[in-house]
Amino acid sequence: MRILAVICFLVISAMTVSGENRFPKPQFEKGYSAPVTAMPGPRSMAMESLDVVVLFCALSLAAWLVLKKRSRRGIFLLTIFSLIYFGFWRKGCICSIGAIQNVTLWLFDNQYVLPLSAAAFFILPLVFALLFGRVFCAAVCPLGTLQDAMVLFPVKLPLPVVQVLRVVPYVYLGLAVLFAATGTAFFICRLDPFVPLFRMSGELPILMTGVVLLLLGIFIARPYCRFLCPFGVLLNWMSRFSKWHATITPDECVKCRLCEKSCPFDAILVPNVDQVPEPRASGGRRLVLLLLLLPLLVVGGGWAGSRLYAVFARENATVRLAEALQKENQVELKELAFEKETFDGSGMKKESLYRQAAALRAGFRSGGWIFGGFLGMVLGCAMIGSSVRRTREFYEPDRGACLSCARCFMSCPKEWQKNKIVTN
Amino acid sequence: MNGNAGKAQSRRDFIRSVMRAFCLAVLGIFSGAVLLGRRCSRSGGAAGGKACSGCPELGRCASGYAALVRPVSARRTVWQLDPAKCIQCGRCATNCVLESSAVKCVHRFEMCGYCKLCFGFFQPGASSLTSAAENQLCPTGAIRRKFIEEPYYEYTIDESLCIGCGKCVKTCGAFGNGSLVLQVRHDRCMNCNECSIARNCPAGAYSRVPSDQPYLARQVSKTT
Repeated sequence: MRILAVICFLVISAMTVSGENRFPKPQFEKGYSAPVTAMPGPRSMAMESLDVVVLFCALSLAAWLVLKKRSRRGIFLLTIFSLIYFGFWRKGCICSIGAIQNVTLWLFDNQYVLPLSAAAFFILPLVFALLFGRVFCAAVCPLGTLQDAMVLFPVKLPLPVVQVLRVVPYVYLGLAVLFAATGTAFFICRLDPFVPLFRMSGELPILMTGVVLLLLGIFIARPYCRFLCPFGVLLNWMSRFSKWHATITPDECVKCRLCEKSCPFDAILVPNVDQVPEPRASGGRRLVLLLLLLPLLVVGGGWAGSRLYAVFARENATVRLAEALQKENQVELKELAFEKETFDGSGMKKESLYRQAAALRAGFRSGGWIFGGFLGMVLGCAMIGSSVRRTREFYEPDRGACLSCARCFMSCPKEWQKNKIVTN
Repeated sequence: MNGNAGKAQSRRDFIRSVMRAFCLAVLGIFSGAVLLGRRCSRSGGAAGGKACSGCPELGRCASGYAALVRPVSARRTVWQLDPAKCIQCGRCATNCVLESSAVKCVHRFEMCGYCKLCFGFFQPGASSLTSAAENQLCPTGAIRRKFIEEPYYEYTIDESLCIGCGKCVKTCGAFGNGSLVLQVRHDRCMNCNECSIARNCPAGAYSRVPSDQPYLARQVSKTT
């Protein structure tokens, strides 16, 4: 029986060499027409340009609502619109957060074609942040708006905790850029906790993370935006230097302290002119110490980052296969059986695969230096920033951290006066 | 006190405007690069990844900037798998972000031999050539077998049942005409930024293709 099967197989294989089809298309006696398989096209061609237009309009509207109209209600309505449009209808893809990776890959790989829409999604929020503050976070980002709807009973975290957690997005950004630049993976997309919720499907761990973050968001307002979002880092930088930015009061601050509790994101800076400043000498000494520490942190971080290159590189499929082949790791090779099958079938020499892997590892090593150095720099700057005293006379939004959500507006008595809710 | 605060304020404003100008310059350079890349890849084989070949602006790009230009395209692209590279490993069925994969088996009828013993339909060593469940290769029974005339049978795929595992594709390709192929179905595909199947495809069969030619299987698009 087995012999018969082998013969059969050989005959059949021989037939493929000679003719096009092993079994010729039959000549049907009765009239027969093959059924038509519908081959539906992608949803819509014009959709992506429409997305960019909607993004631009939503950003403009958000800027107008925050800076000119000063309307929390307007922002809230826009939030709902963005959540429905960018979130539940467009399924949160493509988003500005993920576009970081497209742009990074485009910068490092001259074969990668950047979609114009990804470029627009990347740059528009940044430009708006540079002009008007983080209006993108306020009412346009689908991930932000989803969490914003969950801010019900915000609690104030201790300031040191907030300051430490605010470093996490830098780590995330650094890793995402490192992995995108080496063409290894788009980690931001893979680990996005909310897009699976928009799609109502996905891997269970990620779905659970999304649900947990949302529930956490009831008490800790917008946890992803503040303590994870890598795009938030870039927006934070831009927003610090913004031309116009939302102010708590429409007029002059009367230091009534009413706005203090209105911000769920710890983004209101309190006046400190009345505090007794630390003696100049000790402050100065600390500053010098920290400034000296900064290069050490950068170099130390870089060194540590470059040490991690082997761990990072293993995420890359090419490196993984090459390492398994080189070390003849049977367990690994069993897992990579299909990869090995394709590689063997491709006729590529092992040496050239090893060369590719070596180049990738070298990329990870130098990337690790930059990544670690960047983190060291961030840590150093964060310490210097929290050690330097800036005099503030009035209540001000923390331009970097403020999400321009307009919640504080209505806590200001000057605002009530302006809106004629109270007179005099 | 007031004067000091005022001085600090104006210093801060100055630093802020300098930094703003710097950020604007960075964003400007980025936009410029995007526009330049767009110009250079407008009429090249952008989708094939070699955006610059055939570009009318290439001469201008090449004069010093060629290494800096990165292709940008406004053309919409979608994920598709190349049946010529596919090794039917079965990961399409399990790695899609959707509950039931966006990849389905597609039957190219014009290549089909209408065999009585269909290698895609029957288990190897099936006891009889009937569509009884124990004879079928498809784990979900998504292939329908219909008698046409002796000895020809028609096989159609029920896409609501197909999970895209590629079992039938493998045997049809190995022993039959290879009329069954796996394809990403664009009515289901979410067009993720990073396709989760593409990431796990051992054969590198996935790539982005222009959305006006969203299917890669030979002859498939002609049957529409």
